[in-house]
Amino acid sequence: MKGEDQPPSRWTQQYWEPFVSEHPERMEEFQTSSGTPIDPLYCHDEDSPGPGEFPFTRGIHPSMYRGRLWTMRQYAGYSTPEETNQRFRFLLEQGQTGLSVAFDLPTQIGFDSDDPEAFGEVGRVGVPINTVDDLDQLLDGIPLESISISMTINSTAPLLLAMLLALAKRRGVAADQIRGTLQNDILKEYIARGTQRFPVEPSMRLVVDVIEHCTKEAPSFYPISISGYHIREAGSTAIQEVAFTLANGIAYLEACRDRGLDLVTVGRRISFFFNAHNQLFEEIAKFRAARRMWAKICRERFHIEDDRACQLRFHTQTGGSTLQAKEPSNNIVRVTIQALSAILGGTQSLHTNSWDEALSLPGQEAARLALRTQQVLAKESAVTDTIDPLGGAPFIEHLTDQIEDAAMAIICEIDERGGMLESINNGSIRRAIEQSSYEAQIARDSGAATPVGVEEEGEIPEAPFKVDPNIEQRRRQSLEKFRLQRDNSAVDAALLRVEQTASGCQNMIPVLIDAMEAGCTLGEVSRKLATVFGETQDHG
Amino acid sequence: MDRNGPIRVLLAKPGLDGHDRGIRLVLRALRDAGMEVIYTGLRATPAHIVKAAIEEDVEAIGLSSLSGAHETHFKEVSRLLEQEGATDVILFGGGIIPQQDVDQLQSVGFKWIYPPGTTLDKIVSDLTSALRPTSSRSGDD
Repeated sequence: MKGEDQPPSRWTQQYWEPFVSEHPERMEEFQTSSGTPIDPLYCHDEDSPGPGEFPFTRGIHPSMYRGRLWTMRQYAGYSTPEETNQRFRFLLEQGQTGLSVAFDLPTQIGFDSDDPEAFGEVGRVGVPINTVDDLDQLLDGIPLESISISMTINSTAPLLLAMLLALAKRRGVAADQIRGTLQNDILKEYIARGTQRFPVEPSMRLVVDVIEHCTKEAPSFYPISISGYHIREAGSTAIQEVAFTLANGIAYLEACRDRGLDLVTVGRRISFFFNAHNQLFEEIAKFRAARRMWAKICRERFHIEDDRACQLRFHTQTGGSTLQAKEPSNNIVRVTIQALSAILGGTQSLHTNSWDEALSLPGQEAARLALRTQQVLAKESAVTDTIDPLGGAPFIEHLTDQIEDAAMAIICEIDERGGMLESINNGSIRRAIEQSSYEAQIARDSGAATPVGVEEEGEIPEAPFKVDPNIEQRRRQSLEKFRLQRDNSAVDAALLRVEQTASGCQNMIPVLIDAMEAGCTLGEVSRKLATVFGETQDHG
Repeated sequence: MDRNGPIRVLLAKPGLDGHDRGIRLVLRALRDAGMEVIYTGLRATPAHIVKAAIEEDVEAIGLSSLSGAHETHFKEVSRLLEQEGATDVILFGGGIIPQQDVDQLQSVGFKWIYPPGTTLDKIVSDLTSALRPTSSRSGDD
């Protein structure tokens, strides 16, 4: 907008007015505490694309947070399905607007709670879910048709999807009413997160099976969330986070195209997941650059004409690796800055970390405070009252351009070296992240980038939260009971079909749904898949 | 035991935890300091770790876990080492280890438990002064 006049007429007419007539803004009028009116958009150049307009640098929706705030979605899960259900209900009562399930490592890799491989890990970093009954308990009293559910699950994403669809059927909820997100991003597991089970090629087939099934049967569900979060946590720079994430996105779109899927349909259901660290302006510019880059990649590389299919929708989580064990209440301030960057960068949903996460899993009070942090930003700071408020600022625009150029150069390099799958298999992505991680550590150790408070005298406080070590025993008992009550011949028949389908090239999801309904466990099906696909190994 | 060559260290990730940023930093720092370091990769079992430590004749074993599995796996490594009579091997660990567990781990033989925020120099100098007290740093001499 120029001066105190109306916003640019072209954008207003083409984008804002049609959108707002269908999706009214949160308030009739927006104004500062002093009574100064606040317009939806401020810009220097009427010709430059506005929010909701390709390539979406300023946001994917024409009214952004003036229409609807982001989804507040705190990642939670520990101990047992019953206890996690209590935490979910608590968070919903506190005003959280979506659920996000943290699974324990055995579930993420495909081991039941009573498997020897699961020893010591059951219920530690998330909740164990081995059967449809477990999932039913986890989501007890939570309506699948109205609360969206995000699941951080990758190697076993097809199995958790199968369980969710089987549960929906059991509860009489149609598959097309299920809303939520499956992470289903296996590529970043090999380079940063480490829960891969099968080799890259069969894993990619499973990723596409999930996408294909969801776009057909559960069209309101996001079947993949392409994640830079863990790449950044593993030590990458902000630029590498964008580059490697979008390069993974390219690999997935290519795989979908090779399967013959319609890229408009797929593109509309892809979502992303980024990190937010402390350097406020760089992070804001990163989100803006990623949005613009993905739009151009979709249009120029994949010839997707549909605007919505080119939009980069994303979830953000504040940076776990930035949290400090010394003087941990300082982490509240770090989380606030990071959350602000995500909001000013136009995120669609947000998880704010708890201050105690460098010590243990978050305690209930810390989890509430983390949620309150985003509520204060949403409801008291008024940063939501105009769209992309920093857009047009020379420094932000410069950083946005610079991140785009540098990240695109990395993507071109990956292309030249044979693409992302080749670069993952030959270890070059891991080595690049490791080098950045090492340089950051040296800067920290040398005092050039030492966090506030960590060099002060004083003990690290005790961890406020501890998972009950007896849950492993309780889980063993409940699985034993489950196995006694099921029809074992139906289970064997279902497992045989899993093996046959895995050996062929049909979509696995319908067979997996049958298997979960027949009473197979996550561990049994995963083992069967491993006999066909093989297991991947990390040699250090 | 008295040794003069480079310090030999085994680094391992027991359990299913995939967070290997920290251990890979330690790996590099120890190698840069002239030590010979073997890293198991992810998902090493305690039995595998102890077997590798004995076969590779290491003087120290460093374990990392951010998943809470230290409670079971770190103790199991210590127990197996004792069972094999390899009690002269120095044990150390790091990751998200609650303060209340540190004392317990020290009582089963862990010499150092490094919390988040530890400098790489600290780990190098702890190992060097424990294993090569006469030289300021291990080298190729």
